Formats: sequence, structure tokens, C-alpha cells
Amino acid sequence: MQSELSIVWIYPDLLSTYGDQGNVLVLEQRARARGIQTRTVHVRSSDPVPQQGDIYLIGGGEDRPQILGAERLRRDGGLHAAIQRGAALLAVCAGYQIMGTVFGGEEGQPVPGIGLLDISSGRGERRAVGELAAEVDPALGLPTLTGFENHMGVTRLGPGVRPLSRTLTGIGNGDGTEGCYAGRVIGTYLHGPALARNPALADLLLSWVTGPLPPIEDSWYQALRDERLRAVLPS
Amino acid sequence: MSQLPLRAQLASALGRTAATLSRATGRGDGSVIGGRVGLMLEPDLLRKLAADRKLVLVSATNGKTTTTRLITSALQELGDVATNAFGANMPAGHVSALASNKDAPYGVLEVDEKYLPEVLDTTNAGLVCLMNLSRDQMDRAAEIWLLAQKWRRALAGRPVHVIANCDDPLVTWGASTAARVTWVAAGQRWREDSWCCPECGGPLDRSGFGNGGQGLTAAQMADTNWACRECTFRRPEPSWVLDGEYVTDPRGQHWRLDIQLPGQANRANAAVALAVAETLGLDPARALPRLRMVTSVAGRYTTVERDGRSLRLLLAKNPAGWLEAFDVADPALPIILSVNAQGPDGRDTSWLWDVDYRILRGRPVLVTGERRLDLALRLAVAGVPFQLCDSFEQAVGLLAPGKIDVIANYTAFQQIRAEFGRAV
Ligand SMILES: [Zn+2]
Repeated sequence: MQSELSIVWIYPDLLSTYGDQGNVLVLEQRARARGIQTRTVHVRSSDPVPQQGDIYLIGGGEDRPQILGAERLRRDGGLHAAIQRGAALLAVCAGYQIMGTVFGGEEGQPVPGIGLLDISSGRGERRAVGELAAEVDPALGLPTLTGFENHMGVTRLGPGVRPLSRTLTGIGNGDGTEGCYAGRVIGTYLHGPALARNPALADLLLSWVTGPLPPIEDSWYQALRDERLRAVLPS
Repeated sequence: MSQLPLRAQLASALGRTAATLSRATGRGDGSVIGGRVGLMLEPDLLRKLAADRKLVLVSATNGKTTTTRLITSALQELGDVATNAFGANMPAGHVSALASNKDAPYGVLEVDEKYLPEVLDTTNAGLVCLMNLSRDQMDRAAEIWLLAQKWRRALAGRPVHVIANCDDPLVTWGASTAARVTWVAAGQRWREDSWCCPECGGPLDRSGFGNGGQGLTAAQMADTNWACRECTFRRPEPSWVLDGEYVTDPRGQHWRLDIQLPGQANRANAAVALAVAETLGLDPARALPRLRMVTSVAGRYTTVERDGRSLRLLLAKNPAGWLEAFDVADPALPIILSVNAQGPDGRDTSWLWDVDYRILRGRPVLVTGERRLDLALRLAVAGVPFQLCDSFEQAVGLLAPGKIDVIANYTAFQQIRAEFGRAV
């Protein structure tokens, strides 16, 4: 690892609604709390995606920016190169769908994704809006996932990915699972933002780059998690 | 206006009774419930009540209520004005507002952004005033580009005159299908939703405009203008220009605003109000004194007193609103922040992460509201020291007597207002 951790936020000009900036801020804060210097690059959609980053983030957005974002990422190729090098990626909502082979456009028409995850998405019948809680794949060793979802998408997982979690409440992918992962690429429908609600997920991304991390004082994260999970799960 | 058909007269009378009841029982301002009763009885009521008046519709993500109030205040110079002063900004509220003042020759209606096409269609309003569009209450899926597109369709092919803020690219795009537009350079503080061209998706370049104004920082002066790098969509030439405290009218005359309402966002609202007033024949010399009479709007900007503490109440419903509130808040004073996530607030608190709270470093910050833990974590990550309080009352009690700023989102603000008996 180089001396500072490089975080790349992809296309905040197109895909950064629903507080997705929070994922960047949480990664920075949790790295800093461990004495790790970070450098964050905001990549506008008119600029090339750097290939040498450590952790890449891409967020949610409306239909049209999603289509534009997918086109530009495909044309650019920088993200593909970075992932092949072993960089980590967290893709949220519209950004998650973009990583698949196909997703639903403004009128439900199929739009090609960029194929970094073996998933395909389409438009569901109803908008999934609300709190979500889910048990994470035990292989990842993470506590219950919590967040807020707001999307029309239904996502089918192919054999090349594993479900990130199984839903306890909420819709997620639409088949009882939420999100998926393959290698160091994680996709999720969760806002909240996802890493603020799930600091262990932030630490997982960080540790893929830095190796094992010492625990830090993070009682505000835990207090919020406890409150949100209590609000949606039967005790 | 008194020549309404009998059924409509009955419906509007019943609506007024329900509104009176609602106020008397303390259940609300009464404006929505009255209108709902009226609309149920006579779906065409709004159309009939709107006819034969000079009607202004006011819409935006932020500043609707305040701008409606400012325009109303100005037009009172010309005659009686019917208005939905309590922010009941959907058709039921409009019926209630117009029914309660049937003979007023002017109407100024605050309109929810999503309802603008419908209300325009029903009322055939001659003037529409559009100020800004930004992310708001996202769990209700207000996709703002789609919203602007609906405005375009609603305005096209209609004999309507639009007064619009050309510093907001999305508003410009939404307004530009109208037959006639008066552009006002009213400024844009929140830019996170306008990096891309609404016409083609290309990048918007910001560049120096240099309209030589007082009160703007060099940085603001440097990037007021905008243009798409890939298509012909660009900022139209404004007829009215706001520069800090001063508004320049289409004749090049400068007017010092000097309004009572604080902050640059309200100066923007006032600039737009002046343009609307002039369109209706009221020049700035007569409109300005009226704008200066407005001191608070539905409790916003009001100062209330409790146990030797003077609390100034600021409403912030979305990230752009928080920036405006920070602009008004005094860095030398302690500040209480209260956040809820009930239906009208949006149940998703993610937007807290779109707000840069670091500006609050260095002042005592107290955090309360139903979603105080969301805000607490947000501030902790931003490195802003704060104190968590179980209630607003507790927060007030923890602070020494003196001046205090309060910023709250929608239902949190209403709860605080209710504590002070809505007297504010
Ligand atoms: Zn363009």
C-alpha cells in the first residue's frame, strides 16, 4: 500500500443523490481515526476515471443520469482497469445496477450496464421505499445490515456473484436477498448512507486495502444502528 | 367574483366553516381542511374562484412561502390580495385561500412544485414565478429533472408570463418553453444538483460574469455565469440582477433592498418579488417599502422569548435550505438543531450527509429532534463537537440566557412553534 489511501468518488455530478457523499466521509473518518491518511478524488463525468485508486465509490441517481453514467464508464474503461488491478468498489442503488449486464431505463427499456457484476436489473411494479434490515453472508463476518432503500429496481443475481445479505425486512434485490458481492466489488440498494449505518462494511472495504484494522471508538455509529434496527425488527 | 354558481358558493361557504372549525379546535391553520371540503363538493371550484383575477403562482423547492408573502405584501399597494399565507400549497389550500377572499382582484398562490402543471391548467394563471430546484424529501421520489420537464410541458403553448431565476440552470430549462420569460439573476447557493446540462447531460461550465456588484465575494463573482460545454444551452441574459444588497432593474437603476428578512436567500426572493410586482404595474419605488414591512413568515425568522433566552427560529427542509439557514445564523451564538423524519420531512435522513456542517465548528451546538442520533453521527463524522438533548426544552435549559439560533426541519419546526402556542 502506498503512503496514503486513495478514495475515488465516481461521477458525483451525475450520481450522488440520497446522501451518498456520506460513504466517502465515513471511509475518510474511519481511516483517519486509525492514523491512515486519505486522499479523495471527485471524478466528474466529463473527466477520466483514474486507474490507481484504492477504493471506488459510486452512488444513486435518477434514470437519465444513470444511463449517462453507464455510457461514460463504459467508454472510459478506467474503472474496469482499476477493478482488474484489485481495487475495491462500493456501488449503491443506480450505481449498483450500472455494474450489471443490463438495467431498466426511463421507460423500462433495457440499457446495457458495464458488466463488472454478474447481475441484471429491470424495473419492478412498485417502488421499494423504506427501512431495510438484512443478515449478511456469514462468509463476510459482518453484523446485520441496516439502511434505507428507495428504488424501482428488481435485480437477478447470476452465478458469478453471491448475495450480500438475506432480508429481514425490506425489498432489496426483490427475491429475499439484498445486494451482492464478487471479489472486492460490493453492490447494494442501501442509502442511509450505507457505510454510516454499517461501519463494519466500511472497515471491510478499508481492510481489503490496508490489511487488518484495530477497533476504534465509534459509539455514535453503534447508537444509530441500534436505534434503527430496534425501529424495524421485532424484539 | 361574487357571481359564483350556487353550488360553488355553497361549497366555498362550507369550506370556510370547516376551516374555522379546524382553527378553533387547534388542529391546524385550517387552510387545508377547508379547501378539501370545498374541492369534494365542487371539483371545478378552483377554476371558478381563479377566474377574473390577476393570479400569480409561486413555485420552487425553497422560498415559496416567503416569496408568496413578499409578492402579496407588494401587491397590497394595488389592491386586495387573496393568498395561501400558511403554506398550504396544494389545490385544496388554493381553494381555501381564494374562497376566503372572493372579491380580491389579485391572487398570489404558493404552489407545490409537483402540482404546478395541474394548478396552472386549472387556474389559467397569467403569471408564474419560479426560483430554484434542488433535492428535497427524496423518499417521495421527487426526481427534480423530471419535475422540470413537467414544468416545460405545462408552460409550453400557454399565454403565460414567467418570472424565473436564470442563475439556476434547471429552473431556466424548466421555464424556457414559456411564451414570455423575464429572467432574474437571483443567485444560486446550492449547486450540487446542477453540474450537468438538463438539455443534453453534458458538463455545465461556470465562468466569470462580473456584473460589478456590491456584496458578492470574488469567488461568487467569478462563476455566476454558466453554459453547457456540449450544446447551446446557456444562461439567458437577465433583465433583473441581484448583487448582494442591490437589485438592478431593467432600466439599469439600482435599488438597495434593505429588507427585514435576513440572508441572501431572502434578498433573492425579494428580487424576484420586485420583478413580479413590476409586471403587474408596480414599480420598485412603491413595491420596496412593502417588502420591508415583512418581518417573519409563518413563524420563520421569528424571535421568541423563553426564560431570558431569545430564540430565533429558522426552517431548513433540505440541503439547500440548510445552506440558507447557515447564512443567516450568527457564528457568535449557540445553535440548537432539531431533525425529524416524519412524512412531510421525508422518512429518509440520508440528506443530512449532503449538508456540510463544518461551518458550525467553534460554536456551542445542541442536537435534538426525533432523529437526533442521525444528526449526532453526522456531526461526529464532520468533527463538529455537540451535545445531545432529549428534548428542545432541555436544549434551551442547557444554554445561558441570551440570544440563540434554532434550525429545524419541517415537523420539528412545527413542534417548536406549537410549544410557543403558534403565536409566532
Ligand atoms: Zn447541453
